Amino acid sequence: MLDRALKGSSRYWGWLIFLLVLMGIGFACYLYQFKVGLKITGMSRDVSWGLYISQLTYLVGVAASGVMVVLPYYLHDYKAFGRITILGEFMAIAAVLMCLLFVMVDLGKLPRLMNIIMYPHPKSILFWDMIVLNGYLILNILIGWNVLAAERKGVHYSTWVKVLIYISIPWAFSIHTVTAFLYAGLPGRHFWLTAIMAPRFLASAFCSGPAILLLIALVVRKFTNFDPGKEQIRTLGGIIAYAFIINIFFFLMEIFTSFYSQIPGHMHSFVYLFLGLDGYGKLAPWMWTFVFFAIVALILLIIPSTRRKEDTLAIACAAVVISTWIDKGLGLIIGGFVPNPFERVFEYWPTTPEVLITIGVWAMGFFVLTVLFKIAVSIKEEVAA
Amino acid sequence: MGISRRRFLKVAGLSAIMAVGGKAGFELLRPGQVEASLPLTKGKRWAMVIDMRKVTDEIIQKCKEACHKAHNVPEFGNPKVELKWIWEEEFEHAFPDQEHEYVADGIKDKGFPLLCNHCSNPPCCRVCPTGATWQREDGIVMMDWHRCIGCRFCMAGCPYGSRSFNWGDPGKAPKELNPDFPTNPDFPTRTLGVVEKCTFCNERLAKGQLPICVEEANKIEKDSFIFGDLADPDSNVRKALRKHFAIRRKPELGTSPNVYYIIG
Repeated sequence: MLDRALKGSSRYWGWLIFLLVLMGIGFACYLYQFKVGLKITGMSRDVSWGLYISQLTYLVGVAASGVMVVLPYYLHDYKAFGRITILGEFMAIAAVLMCLLFVMVDLGKLPRLMNIIMYPHPKSILFWDMIVLNGYLILNILIGWNVLAAERKGVHYSTWVKVLIYISIPWAFSIHTVTAFLYAGLPGRHFWLTAIMAPRFLASAFCSGPAILLLIALVVRKFTNFDPGKEQIRTLGGIIAYAFIINIFFFLMEIFTSFYSQIPGHMHSFVYLFLGLDGYGKLAPWMWTFVFFAIVALILLIIPSTRRKEDTLAIACAAVVISTWIDKGLGLIIGGFVPNPFERVFEYWPTTPEVLITIGVWAMGFFVLTVLFKIAVSIKEEVAA
Repeated sequence: MGISRRRFLKVAGLSAIMAVGGKAGFELLRPGQVEASLPLTKGKRWAMVIDMRKVTDEIIQKCKEACHKAHNVPEFGNPKVELKWIWEEEFEHAFPDQEHEYVADGIKDKGFPLLCNHCSNPPCCRVCPTGATWQREDGIVMMDWHRCIGCRFCMAGCPYGSRSFNWGDPGKAPKELNPDFPTNPDFPTRTLGVVEKCTFCNERLAKGQLPICVEEANKIEKDSFIFGDLADPDSNVRKALRKHFAIRRKPELGTSPNVYYIIG
């Protein structure tokens, strides 16, 4: 099946080469970082995780969201999603690969990566994150590949694949729950110490992931002969609407708990993020951008006519992706470190090499995604023909 | 049983030091240190009591210099990538949850020496994915710089900001700030990309010596830093805590820190 990835239009190749160039730039920056250390990033002893780990967090959500097309099809026998489950699974593969790479570029001592396996410490949530992420990757590779191969041959996939599919559904929830536990169980980081961290993660995952999938589905329809389907897009729109409303609801619950209780530790990070603290407020414009796009998305998703119209739905999805990315891929992680344990404010801002490495990892993800979608779409076109 | 094991060790150790050190041995055994200075390899729950009535900026500075010199902690001259095992903070930053508008004059602007609290329930050890940071049976929270993968989960987990990461190569710290780095050839230097912190001078305890900050502080002001075993009701630290009111940093987090500050 891999051969499908080797035949493509010049636009396909141009896109892949463009991504390869970005990957190359990112890799060169990484070699520099590997040599001189993480001091080339904006991270510091106060904000000791930055863009890399926040991308990991965001992308675990995207990976987990594959379940939003898998679950209705396999558990509720919602036939329409049969056309696009493969897209959800392949997106999950690309997203998990990015997650793993973001962990790797963040490590101070990459060559010692295997210590996590050689000296396993099950008390550490990172150990479990490693298990669930790699497990989810393997599950989706096995499921996606076998289901697609069966579809190509016009046969039904084997029973063992079905078993794996059933396993993959709770597994998807687990990856984002465990990722939330990375933060939610730390004493002294009040911003993260919240029992709704995992539910919040899942809610933001189940709107941002399907929103990305929906946008990609529209691109696929535009550039190939495969149509993911009108009904499918409309149903996805409904899922995104519910998940995004729940996501914002959870966010407002955090605001209420912090500001009605008036406990300083619980308010400080929010104050820093939205208004600035002690004269530092680099993230404030971003957080208000998040609010703006969240409102746009809410309006377009709640009003039935704009949700059902594909153009406005696409705008809503873009707004969902932007707002969830700022909220989770920027504010949530950095906000947790500001102010620091001494209640001093030290700000973080990524450096150019750090951003280029981040773009390089994203480019790798899009490269894998493009190749996998190319294979899936080619086979779907053949079967249809 | 006429003599307890502890008392036996104390007497045996005392005699040994007297025999070996003579006058020097006497000097080591100034009041307040006797209990700690002997079975220094036998503690069950090491703790430090810092008497803020006696601590001065000069003491903290000297402790910091001696500690960083003994443990090859380089100076980068940049707070972003700073490494520190013991350092000074004002009251409001050391105890942000105790701070109020009317803190006593002598305390408000006073520098507090901060270091790893060697918590009895250390979150850093809990979150470490490789066991590169772990707790010894005597309570010391240790670091294995050869196993650390540099994920910095422990830095997110530590509520005291006690952990430093080698953002750059410590050997390449500015020469003008570190003319004779590494300062102590008998102590390992770290590599790029690992986390480090205070280890209560485990290497000195193994030799029967007090942590270097305790030694330095006591040179200037006797009993300003007291080090001993909390598990022993007769130890110097227990005596000090019985006698004086002491506070710990963020005890409400349940980490059970083992560094105490006598306020007044």
